[in-house]
Amino acid sequence: MPAEFYYGVEVFLNGLMAGVMYSLVALGFVLIFKASGIFNYAQGIMALFAALTLVGFQEGQIPFSHLINAIFGTEVHHFGWHMPAFFAILAALVIMIIFAWLVEKLILQHLVNQEPIILFMATIGLAYFMEGFGDLMWGSNVKKLDIGIPQGGNFWIEESTAFLGGPDFYGFYLDTLDIYATFIAAALVIALVIFSQYTKTGRALRAVADDHQAALSVGISLRAIWVIVWAIAGFVALVAGIMWGAKSGVQFSLSLIALKALPVLMLGGFTSIPGAIIGGLIIGVGEKMFEFLIGAPLLGGATENWFAYMVALVFLVFRPQGLFGEKIIERV
Amino acid sequence: MSMQSAQSAQGYVTADGRKIGGPVMEMENITLRFGGVTAIQDISFDILEGEIRAIIGPNGAGKSSMLNVINGFYHPQEGRILYHGEERKPLKPYQIAYQGIARTFQNIALFKGMTTLDNIMTGRLTHMKTNLLSQALWWGRAEKEEVENREIVEKIIDFLEIQTIRKTPVGRLPYGLQKRVELGRALAAEPSLLLLDEPMAGMNVEEKEDMSRFILDVNDEFGTTIALIEHDMGVVMDIADRVVVMDYGKKIGDGTPAEVRSNQAVIDAYLGVSHD
Repeated sequence: MPAEFYYGVEVFLNGLMAGVMYSLVALGFVLIFKASGIFNYAQGIMALFAALTLVGFQEGQIPFSHLINAIFGTEVHHFGWHMPAFFAILAALVIMIIFAWLVEKLILQHLVNQEPIILFMATIGLAYFMEGFGDLMWGSNVKKLDIGIPQGGNFWIEESTAFLGGPDFYGFYLDTLDIYATFIAAALVIALVIFSQYTKTGRALRAVADDHQAALSVGISLRAIWVIVWAIAGFVALVAGIMWGAKSGVQFSLSLIALKALPVLMLGGFTSIPGAIIGGLIIGVGEKMFEFLIGAPLLGGATENWFAYMVALVFLVFRPQGLFGEKIIERV
Repeated sequence: MSMQSAQSAQGYVTADGRKIGGPVMEMENITLRFGGVTAIQDISFDILEGEIRAIIGPNGAGKSSMLNVINGFYHPQEGRILYHGEERKPLKPYQIAYQGIARTFQNIALFKGMTTLDNIMTGRLTHMKTNLLSQALWWGRAEKEEVENREIVEKIIDFLEIQTIRKTPVGRLPYGLQKRVELGRALAAEPSLLLLDEPMAGMNVEEKEDMSRFILDVNDEFGTTIALIEHDMGVVMDIADRVVVMDYGKKIGDGTPAEVRSNQAVIDAYLGVSHD
């Protein structure tokens, strides 16, 4: 086999791992959409906010320090301690659960039975509020997120695969962080599936996704379920925020990854958890392979910026419900 | 005017020898309005323990509204509701489920993506008490509770003769079987009052006979009190112990099937004598 082939394999593997990241974000969208029919525009910001909070706790940053200093003329920035990563993650998780509760209490509760477009607008408002709030709380500088996952090329994989492609091939270059992210995401998805299949709350979540009225009649409180769903979406956002943040620093452009989840959802369908995962993998592999095979040699590169959206558009034309979405049948 | 049945005081014994007890539910002077429209006007009746109570009437008479009042989807503007002798405050539908009232819907409301087994398991929710954390970790009581409740659900599946479709997503089942699964989900709650909204609507003769048999068996074997709405007069007269007749939001008759059948107001409503 020529070295070219193995470079292709390497691109494919890297695409798969990029796809896992997309899947993580898309998963958060699907969870909320299934349970409440809300397209949560704020999902990307939730990932950013979760990552900001995690770094803030880890570094012992004082929340709202800028505001406090401006009002009281003080110069406080840090508590002066560093929290171990594990506890910082737990604390950030608690914050995301409180956030879920507040969203239900302050927003959703007042918008029950409203049109989807109104709920969608509410989440846009929420997204920009959170962006400003996160800025105010933790500051807008780019932060380094390090929870102890090693980064950079994995030498073991590189060295042990170098023999494959002859003298021109130096082995597969895979980022260790991506490998970790893949396993963590897989574990997360498996845990979510088990939870939703084999526990009463999981069943209640699926029940609410199917039929609100029937869910009420068997004793499910919709409001409690919404808090749980938003808390789980917050948890997924935290995991996504950690992975993306560790990769490229915690910065406000992180919230734009939510936009990459849109074509993933178009592909996978808004109501399907396996769809979100497979959609993410297809987009990840698709855009990397397209760039490698066609984009870079023929089109001058940088096709990754638009490839996913083109695929989504083509899909919309031929299969509007996505790969795994429920077929929309209207009785006449 | 309405005809009060002499039997409704403190229980009675039916012709087939079933003992009917005191009131489970008493509706007193219920009035329900939607804006300017009065859906239910000053209606009183009771449901006694162990009986099959039917609510009948032409389309738009307010039957489904009445069921929704009992079930807590609607809150009446006037009147009192007594449940097991105590006045019931306005509750949310999910709280009413915890009080032991289960129901089915006119247009089947099942969880279509879930299997028969899972659908009926959701009916056990009000009996399951482990908290979220122990479920998430599959810890201690959570597992035991799943197993115990699963056993009860399997009994209901046997009772309704739907063993072969246990693992089938209910969205794929034919209409008659979906209705049966919905009944199973309501039964799983071991309700002290079971509400059935047109359990035989849209069924063929054979399916209707099956459903009638199941309703009678539920009542007979578990002693479940049942209130049902039904269009098919023949079925109602066959299975109900007592019947409330509604027309244009008012009660026009109340009594045994025989009493109701000979009530002139009821005959007029069904034969379409003009309302002035």
